[in-house]
Amino acid sequence: MLTPHPGLPEFDYIKPATLAEASQFLAQHAGEARAFVGGTDTFVRMRDGFWKDKYLVDVKHLDGMNTIAFDPLGGLTIGAAVNLNRVIVSPDVQNRYPVLAEACHTVASYPLRTRATIVGNICNASPAGDTIGACLVLKGSLRVHGVNGLRVEPLSTFFLGPGKTKLQRGDVVTAVHFPIPPKGYTARYLKLGRNTIGDLAIVGVTALGYRDDDTPSGYRFRLALASVAPIPLAPTRAEMILSDKPITEGTIAEAAEAAMEACTPIDDVRGSARYRKLMVRNLMRKVVTEVWKVISRQS
Amino acid sequence: MSYHKITITINGVTDRVDVPSHMTLLQMLREKLALTGTKNGCAAGECGACTVLWNGEPVNSCMVLAVECDGAQIITVEGLAHDHQLDPIQEAIIAAGGVQCGFCIPGMLISARALLDRNPDPSDYEIRDALVGNLCRCTGYLRLIEAVKEAARRGEAEAAPA
Repeated sequence: MLTPHPGLPEFDYIKPATLAEASQFLAQHAGEARAFVGGTDTFVRMRDGFWKDKYLVDVKHLDGMNTIAFDPLGGLTIGAAVNLNRVIVSPDVQNRYPVLAEACHTVASYPLRTRATIVGNICNASPAGDTIGACLVLKGSLRVHGVNGLRVEPLSTFFLGPGKTKLQRGDVVTAVHFPIPPKGYTARYLKLGRNTIGDLAIVGVTALGYRDDDTPSGYRFRLALASVAPIPLAPTRAEMILSDKPITEGTIAEAAEAAMEACTPIDDVRGSARYRKLMVRNLMRKVVTEVWKVISRQS
Repeated sequence: MSYHKITITINGVTDRVDVPSHMTLLQMLREKLALTGTKNGCAAGECGACTVLWNGEPVNSCMVLAVECDGAQIITVEGLAHDHQLDPIQEAIIAAGGVQCGFCIPGMLISARALLDRNPDPSDYEIRDALVGNLCRCTGYLRLIEAVKEAARRGEAEAAPA
């Protein structure tokens, strides 16, 4: 095969001065204009001929896009243009939300992470998005600027299908926000790729757990699965099993089985549906066990 | 199609360049400025052959628009040597016999330089992690990894007080 031509199809680059201007332009040119940040998905889609937008609207420089801010009462806000390498080295992320750094680190390579962003990963709405599971278990929400002003979109209801989200014409996501996580929590992201590092996920499992005196088991877990359904999936029955029954190896295995049953993967070049289901069960057992070992040691 | 006038500093030289909206940094370097050391491999951010330093950080230049580089400082493989003196990472790769066909080497050098700039004493894992986005289809990775270690040792020796 010939080396791919490095060029993108023709478009006009637009750099609006304000969020209002950005939303207005995107709304006026719905269907032919697209907001972009790092471009790591956008450029590939355009180069491959899937997206044919006449305008690319750069929103990186707009208000609040470039900051990571932690507020001890409100939580963590990561601007839409903050790249993954910055998230990984942020002391606030490392100290209080380390699973975000862990998930970001599994994305592609350092040079690509110089461009890639969490908000871009979310808005691309790929079921394989590596950072989305961590954002879901941390109860993330998006700050969205639209033609009618600012609003909040919780991630739990944001995804509608592969590449489909609740974003409407004129919307620009300015940041992703995370509340203060539960006291004493632990969270992990386990990713299965064809290589140890750098590949897309065949399966990704995220688990967050903490002590909770209000549940029969004394614990509560939040779980998320990547690459095994049309949208990033929260296996709620598995979560319920872990809060309802005393946590033993058997309970964890039962929850892992429930997670496997919740997913509806496809066969593709990275793995078969059957393989993915079995890996969900095995990785879920592993990740919940790891998290439980840490939180059960705390008194 | 709109054009944009940008000011960009490449390997220490500041230039004013007219670029169309859809031109990538990679295209501008190779096709407009004849800096063909930077290679076009996959044009999709996967192979790392086009890696350059963008304000000190390594980036796939096929994943950056030229117009986004207004005011930026870019270092390409042509800018690694100074005063007729190769960068220690260049010397180490030559000494290790790390170059086979050579296509991946410009990007590999940039990623390795960036790693040593942010971490002068990287572990084996940290070297592999930093180079994971630079594919070598001659599969000559081991000598390249050895070369990064050697360059780190030389860097430490130079930094140590006499």
